[in-house]
Amino acid sequence: MLHIWGFGVRIRSHPIIDFKKRKELPFYFEKKKFVGEEGDTIASALHAAGVKTLTKSLKYDSPRGFFCGIGKCSSCLMRVNGVPNVRTCIAPLKEGITVEMQDKLGLLPDAEFFDKPKKTLQVNVLVVGAGPAGLCAALESAQHGASVLLVDENQCVGGQLIKQTHKFFGSKQERAGTRGIDIAKELENNVLQLQKEGKIQVMTDATVIGYYESDKNHRFGVVQRCEYLNSLYDVRCDAAILACGAMENMLLFPGNDLPGVYGAGAVQTLMNVYGIRPGDRVLMVGAGNVGLIVSYQLLQAGIAVDRVVEAAPVIGGYNVHAAKLRRCGVPIMTSHSIKEVCGDEKVEGAIIVRLDENWKPIKDSEEYIKCDTICLAVGLTPSTRLLSQIGVDSEYIPEAGGYVALHDDSMQTSISGIYVAGDASGIEEASTAMIEGKIAGLAAAIHLGCTKNMKLLTQYREELAHLRAGPFGEKPRIAKKKIAKMKETHHAPV
Amino acid sequence: MHQYEKTGILCTKDFQIPSEEQLKKGVAILECVQEIPCNPCVASCPVHAISMKDINAPPMNDFEKCIGCTKCVGVCPGLAIFVIKKVGKKAWVTLPYEFVPVPKVGDTVQALDRTGSLRGTALVKKVIKQGKTMVITIEIESTFAMDIRNIRV
Repeated sequence: MLHIWGFGVRIRSHPIIDFKKRKELPFYFEKKKFVGEEGDTIASALHAAGVKTLTKSLKYDSPRGFFCGIGKCSSCLMRVNGVPNVRTCIAPLKEGITVEMQDKLGLLPDAEFFDKPKKTLQVNVLVVGAGPAGLCAALESAQHGASVLLVDENQCVGGQLIKQTHKFFGSKQERAGTRGIDIAKELENNVLQLQKEGKIQVMTDATVIGYYESDKNHRFGVVQRCEYLNSLYDVRCDAAILACGAMENMLLFPGNDLPGVYGAGAVQTLMNVYGIRPGDRVLMVGAGNVGLIVSYQLLQAGIAVDRVVEAAPVIGGYNVHAAKLRRCGVPIMTSHSIKEVCGDEKVEGAIIVRLDENWKPIKDSEEYIKCDTICLAVGLTPSTRLLSQIGVDSEYIPEAGGYVALHDDSMQTSISGIYVAGDASGIEEASTAMIEGKIAGLAAAIHLGCTKNMKLLTQYREELAHLRAGPFGEKPRIAKKKIAKMKETHHAPV
Repeated sequence: MHQYEKTGILCTKDFQIPSEEQLKKGVAILECVQEIPCNPCVASCPVHAISMKDINAPPMNDFEKCIGCTKCVGVCPGLAIFVIKKVGKKAWVTLPYEFVPVPKVGDTVQALDRTGSLRGTALVKKVIKQGKTMVITIEIESTFAMDIRNIRV
């Protein structure tokens, strides 16, 4: 059964982004004709058409919508043109395609997966992930003479910068005061320029599927999706920089899997990248910077935010973000959390509860809130699966957000030539991710003998230390200290 | 612990307050009290009134030097700078605004305080576009000069 919501979901008027009407693309969902717009993903086009239920849970047949919106959580897998397990939240919408909900695990398709024989690519540096860290890493390596292959799963580069409509903090020389979306454009233009000069190859809609045995250097398998058929690349590189980003955390409560419960970042993607309203009234869970910023951006898109609840006794994000939300009349309730989501097959409301000083729910403090969307902004976990498969030394560092690859101050892991940067190396800000990317990119170029510019490396390290020096930099400071210490006690790079 | 860490709302003892004389001249109020790594306001100031010990220190405004030019208002990533100028029984409040629709000069809009509560009406005196941020000057009753920090169109 499908659930169709009846509100106007395309955002046409916005203070920061110019959402023009784009070319209409007809497609088929469950044998019915739908119309999306050029630039949509399959999931965003379905969302705009009122379809929020994309899959059913394996065991109880519960309806599921997407949670992360950036290709990480697998709750949007559908069959597209006969091919199952397509991550519809990142798969671009194409004219005339057939989209179906798939039976449980999905049937092995008749269509050939690999339309062509595998191709071999030889580069100095492979950069995995074209977010702030990956883009800066690729630029830095290429500018210092290394040949670079930049791979990203999405249809365009920029990572999560492309939805950051707010002006960034940081230092003036690190583009503070510039909006994330504009930084993404600038970095993209720089990459395109180097691509024209033959110094960087960019591969979008592509996934690094694994790390393989090699007689020398490093060897990765990369699959690029083309019209839902895939091409396999055998990538040989002297160094690899893994800037795979992070995934939003889920919170445990009844109803957390109903369509309409999203990661806050997923909602930010839906409204700021695809121009689609996630709902009419939102409950935000978490008052860190992500929760506060996304709440404000919901208001900017004309969506009501009922309130922000925060389990901690204090607001975790910057006061300036909290203040701008408060002066728009949005309450922020600390020592409060979500107890359960109400609704049958979709979100119709939520029950919040007050917490005592031990973070335990206080009896009879429940309150019902009417809303159709719940956003969870309760932290992120580094995406380290590829790093684990490579076999680098990893440790669980709570301050870094989970398991992270141990690395030194050049961002090199326990395996020589394998580097890490950005959220994948510990959850932090985009501004620090960009500098970490530069450090990894430059260090890789130095490692390969392309440059000897140690002075610049020192300068980047100093800039990073400056950004982390304040009280809000305490967690990453502790995390990076632990990582460096553990790296030392583990064996040296082999 | 500061109350604002719980509520998100600053009160006048949390930040630098200018004298009545300085308010008549028109000065920038920096409602940015935490140590966060950010410094574009310092570079935006044409008279070097805004200073910072280091990138994490809260900015300080030298009200004697400040000329109330409003350049910093549209620059601040935190949308946390307001210029207040007292004009007789009225006060002009210049604030950053990132919503649609954008009001026009001469429009009457709702004046909101730091909690988003409606405190009366305001007359729009100036609308300047600074990038995608609108820098809007409104006229309100002088008694509300330190309270009104937002508008609803």
